[in-house]
Amino acid sequence: MTGGTIHTHKPVNWLAEVPEYQGILSWLTSIDHKQLGILYILSAFGFLVVGALMGLTIRLQLMFPMSHVVSQEVYNQIFTMHGTTMVFFVGMPLLFGFAVYLTPLMIGARDMAFPRLNSFGYWVYLFGAIMLFFSFLSGGAPAAGWFAYPPLSEKGYLFNNGQNYWALSLFVTGIGSVATGVNLIVTILTMRAPGMTLKRVPLFVWMILMDGFLVVFSLPALNAALVMILFDRTLNTKFFDATVGGSPLLWQHFFWFFGHPEVYILILPGWGAISEVIPVFSRKLLFGAGVMAASTVAITFLSFGVWVHHMFAAGLGFAPLYIFAVTSLLIAVPTGIKVWSWLATMWGGKLRFTVAMLHAMAFLIQFTIGGLSGVAFAVIPLDWQLTDSYFVVAHFHYVLVGGMLFSLISGVYYWYPKVTGRMMSETLGKWQFWLMVFGFNGTFFVMHILGVLGMPRRVWTYPLGMPGWAELNFFSSCWSFVLVASMLLFLYNLVWSFYHGKIAGPNPWNAWTLEWLADSPPIGENFERVPVVRSRRPLWDLQFGSGGDGEHHA
Amino acid sequence: MDIKNADFTSIFNVASLQNRHLVDLHWFTLAICVLIAFVVTGLLIAVIAKFRTPENDDGSEPRQIQGNIRLEIIWTAIPLLIVTVLGVLTAIVMLVVNPPVGNKQPDVVVIGHQWWWEYRYPKLGVTTANEFYLPVGKNTLFEFRSADVVHSFWVIAFGQKMDAIPGHPTNMWVHPIKTGKFLGTCSEYCGAQHGLMRIIANVVPQEEFDTWIEKQRAVPEQPTDPAAVRGKELFNSATCVECHRVAGNEDAQALIGPDLTHIAQRETLGTGVLANNTENLKKWMQNPQTFKPGVNMPKMRLTDEEAQDIAVYLESLK
Ligand code: HEC
Ligand code: HEM
Ligand SMILES: [Cu+2]
Ligand SMILES: [Cu+2]
Repeated sequence: MTGGTIHTHKPVNWLAEVPEYQGILSWLTSIDHKQLGILYILSAFGFLVVGALMGLTIRLQLMFPMSHVVSQEVYNQIFTMHGTTMVFFVGMPLLFGFAVYLTPLMIGARDMAFPRLNSFGYWVYLFGAIMLFFSFLSGGAPAAGWFAYPPLSEKGYLFNNGQNYWALSLFVTGIGSVATGVNLIVTILTMRAPGMTLKRVPLFVWMILMDGFLVVFSLPALNAALVMILFDRTLNTKFFDATVGGSPLLWQHFFWFFGHPEVYILILPGWGAISEVIPVFSRKLLFGAGVMAASTVAITFLSFGVWVHHMFAAGLGFAPLYIFAVTSLLIAVPTGIKVWSWLATMWGGKLRFTVAMLHAMAFLIQFTIGGLSGVAFAVIPLDWQLTDSYFVVAHFHYVLVGGMLFSLISGVYYWYPKVTGRMMSETLGKWQFWLMVFGFNGTFFVMHILGVLGMPRRVWTYPLGMPGWAELNFFSSCWSFVLVASMLLFLYNLVWSFYHGKIAGPNPWNAWTLEWLADSPPIGENFERVPVVRSRRPLWDLQFGSGGDGEHHA
Repeated sequence: MDIKNADFTSIFNVASLQNRHLVDLHWFTLAICVLIAFVVTGLLIAVIAKFRTPENDDGSEPRQIQGNIRLEIIWTAIPLLIVTVLGVLTAIVMLVVNPPVGNKQPDVVVIGHQWWWEYRYPKLGVTTANEFYLPVGKNTLFEFRSADVVHSFWVIAFGQKMDAIPGHPTNMWVHPIKTGKFLGTCSEYCGAQHGLMRIIANVVPQEEFDTWIEKQRAVPEQPTDPAAVRGKELFNSATCVECHRVAGNEDAQALIGPDLTHIAQRETLGTGVLANNTENLKKWMQNPQTFKPGVNMPKMRLTDEEAQDIAVYLESLK
């Protein structure tokens, strides 16, 4: 990989046989975006198992009223760690994994702009994640929930070290995230193949570009707040102590200034994946690609102006609340445009129901449900009823699991052949898909109703005799086993297919973006030669000579 | 504990004028959302049915359409229209439900504590805990404060919830339109016993409310029953008085735990965790941790006889 050496690659068609990747040391010391991408994704799946088991523990505890599967102390640590793990140690690395693996390939580059920074980002993330889990051994995990509102998160109320670990660990991973965000922006802006104008980058790359901006501008707000809470806890400052002039609301503003963009950070790569999968398996150009890109930009801007919708019940007065209701309602419009465009892409196509496509279609419905319950929260009076109830738990699992996880699993089925050189088993995949659809909707749909019946979130247990609570919780808990089983089946499929999958070849789906021009798996510097890009679909042009951007149609 | 005589807990159980507006808006929004969900699902089903690749496909590619300006304008404009309508309704309902308070005095001040509620009626000079009363048919102004961490006050059938944040008093109007017992739970995570920080609201006719206020104002009579006299002494000499207040008992004036002045009038103990009777009182004071692990009342070292006497004393506080 050193400059100047010309090596002619022996054709390698399986990841396990790539010469550069032999030996554990080649992984530990790698600055190759492909290896780092794989490491990110594998770590994310590792933490997904941990997080899912914690989710299952939550469901076991709530299966029956007034039950004692775990103590209230453990329960509070578990849901805090579940949320924190899923957002920061599953969602973030999953998206960074996709981003750093695919971005250079999709824009025809050899690597990221700053390969060493890339490796720094990954290792800092892993270090931070392990540090947080270490808190279990150091006398107690954090227990203030994933948004850790003070004063509860202050040492007067939670005095074990867990909360310090929480702040420090997220601070460290936050630095890594900003580094990776910068890296992605620079890579996309400066390293595109000849002819690939910003109008011609694949939608996935557009989403990642916007994601980079979101990360770079929102995470510093979190990190600033983390420093303040750490100082409060260790140096006796009083940033959030109302008794001496500090303000608990200050934390809420800082946290959600990060926290709302964060949910878009998590979902954008999923949208990107869907915007590649649906066209390829409909055999059509993405409908309204320009509008798709523009609506993503709109969402990026708007998402910095909606954070107070997490504080609608904090009594901030009419005007401040109402402004944020308006922006929150507005953001539904560009989001809706996406759903319509995906549907229109499928319309008139020739659909192939691969497992990747099945996940994309389930995503469409589940994400729509999550989006619509989001609109309900933007209508402030409804937020007053439903916020902090199980309706919220339903809402964000529809967006994060039904949306983010389904779309990225779709992406895994789609890009797995590229990454490993082998196809994933479609048979196992179909089983996994149906189990996951039923497991997911079975677990989370009834939570909407629980919220309507007044069950608050983050409760360790609930009293007997509340109407419907026992039955619905029992129902949800039963399905959560199916959901977790489907996740394990998915991981099994990853492993099984690695050894037994059909050899894929460079372009098994007959797709159109540049990564499919490289070998599967891509080796060394990715491409022998990159063609001059003349449209959004360079491989279409290679096949047909032109027409990659489709035809105008009034 | 299973509170059997309570009204149905659901946001659609309209127990306040405010919640009627919320529920109307709710049905409207829900209808729109369900409609959109059906349109999306319907389109997806149609696409699946119409455009699957035929068995005998010739492998040619379908028409490559770039986009369609007219369609794109339509599916931007219609959602924009919908959110505009929702936005206008939001403003109207917000102002109707929670008009600006100005410098009006609150009728009820609710103070959240880890993990119980203090209720003060400043205009009526009453302080109590955990179970409170409201007159039906009267718009009541609430103020929320917190003694420690952030809590949130949510009686489900009243519709709205409101956070209680340290250093940031908040307000909410409730105009009850239905008598009965209504339940809620603290709905901002506040630590160990957040889940059992229940709320019990009794809405009663005005006369009944006035009688309740009268009783709350009255200072309970000094105990005469020998067990209760012993109980009072124990109560005062054990550390109870470090945390609890009983009007008419000079030694017991602390405000760390719930006011016990009229504890015998409550139906429940520990925010609805236990039924209020002598037996449960004994168990509670001997070890509240079994009923509410982590609670801020320590396990008291009391013999059965001592606990019995204190319980008799407390049950005499009518
Ligand atoms: C360190 C402070 C403290 C001490 C000492 C203490 N308590 Fe408590 N007590 C509390 C707190 C706090 C609560 C509220 C518990 C909850 O529901 O979260 C409480 C609740 C109660 C309740 C239930 C009140 C209600 O409205 O449901 C009773 C009864 C009670 N205490 C009696 C006693 C007796 C009797 C003693 C002495 C033997 C005692 N307490 C000592 C703090 C204390
Ligand atoms: C394996 C299946 C899962 C189950 C059974 C599950 C279950 C739950 C439940 C019941 C809660 C509510 C806990 C409470 O309020 O007391 C919760 C909270 C949460 N879940 Fe999940 N979940 C799962 C997967 C996920 C995934 C994949 C994500 C995100 C990628 C996620 C993100 C969250 C977050 C952010 C919270 C909030 C934690 C908090 O309140 O601090 N969950 N989960
Ligand atoms: Cu948000
Ligand atoms: Cu609380």
